[in-house]
Amino acid sequence: MSQDQLVIAGKAYASRLLVGTGKYRDFAQTAEALDASGAEIVTVAIRRVNLGQNADEPNLLDFLPKNRYTLLPNTAGCYSADDAVRTLRLARELLDDHRLVKLEVLGDPHTLFPNVRETLKAAEVLVKEGFDVMVYTSDDPIVARELADIGCCAIMPLASLIGSGMGILNPWNLKLIIEEAKVPVLVDAGVGTASDAAIAMELGCDGILMNTAIAAADDPVLMARAMKLAVEAGRAAYRAGRMPKRFYSATPSSPSEGVISARK
Amino acid sequence: MKIRVNGEEQVLDGVATLADLIAVLELAGKRVAIEKNGEIVPRSRHGEERLSDGDELEIVVAVGGG
Repeated sequence: MSQDQLVIAGKAYASRLLVGTGKYRDFAQTAEALDASGAEIVTVAIRRVNLGQNADEPNLLDFLPKNRYTLLPNTAGCYSADDAVRTLRLARELLDDHRLVKLEVLGDPHTLFPNVRETLKAAEVLVKEGFDVMVYTSDDPIVARELADIGCCAIMPLASLIGSGMGILNPWNLKLIIEEAKVPVLVDAGVGTASDAAIAMELGCDGILMNTAIAAADDPVLMARAMKLAVEAGRAAYRAGRMPKRFYSATPSSPSEGVISARK
Repeated sequence: MKIRVNGEEQVLDGVATLADLIAVLELAGKRVAIEKNGEIVPRSRHGEERLSDGDELEIVVAVGGG
């Protein structure tokens, strides 16, 4: 099979599935699910350290071997450009001059819909400061274009609300974004099960970022594997080029001639 | 000396530098990043970065998230 790699900010990845590290039972389960997913890029959140916690509390980073995973620190929970930029500056310091980041600036605690105005503002600052910005946004093709023009290295529109598992609600908008994009387009948020992932990939998405669909499954490790297969299957189907749909016009797959005749 | 660490007021004596504070908070050797009054203080400067009354610090770690 020919090489079909996902290239983000100049680096090639074999896996098109990016996964989050939140909501797992414990770090051991996180590690097991990540392994089953085959993901190479994994997101982490940046939070205040618990003061006065016991000194032996395990650290997530110890479960994410540096030589295996590219970390993608996010700005989850930030509601302003300023907070998002400060969070990612802290992430860069925390992760030894790490540049690849996921920007998300939220606009509403109920829907977690992105605040596009603040997202654009933060993206401009971060790109100027040398960050490679993968950006979570609404599925608006014009906003996607503006974010790419600013210099974001990947556009990540939602398929439905974060953590909702509602699937791909507007494939037409995603397709518009994909067809115009000069940078990779990844669906970020909304995938609920394997068929959603396959649909997104068949639309031509370059990849998918998910967390809850895996972590909130009854068996997260098995779902991680399902998602790996679905992303691969969807990508292969996209590259293979599907047959055209023929509405109200059946065509047999078997020869029409040589059918034995009915006995008189 | 009164400073704010992660939004909580702390009254500390005998703490001159950021490295002293890290020791007092039992964070020595942990992977953390620190912002003082809105500016990042790189790890290499923790030993020399002096603290003064009214400083606001954010000390963060990486946690699970999507």
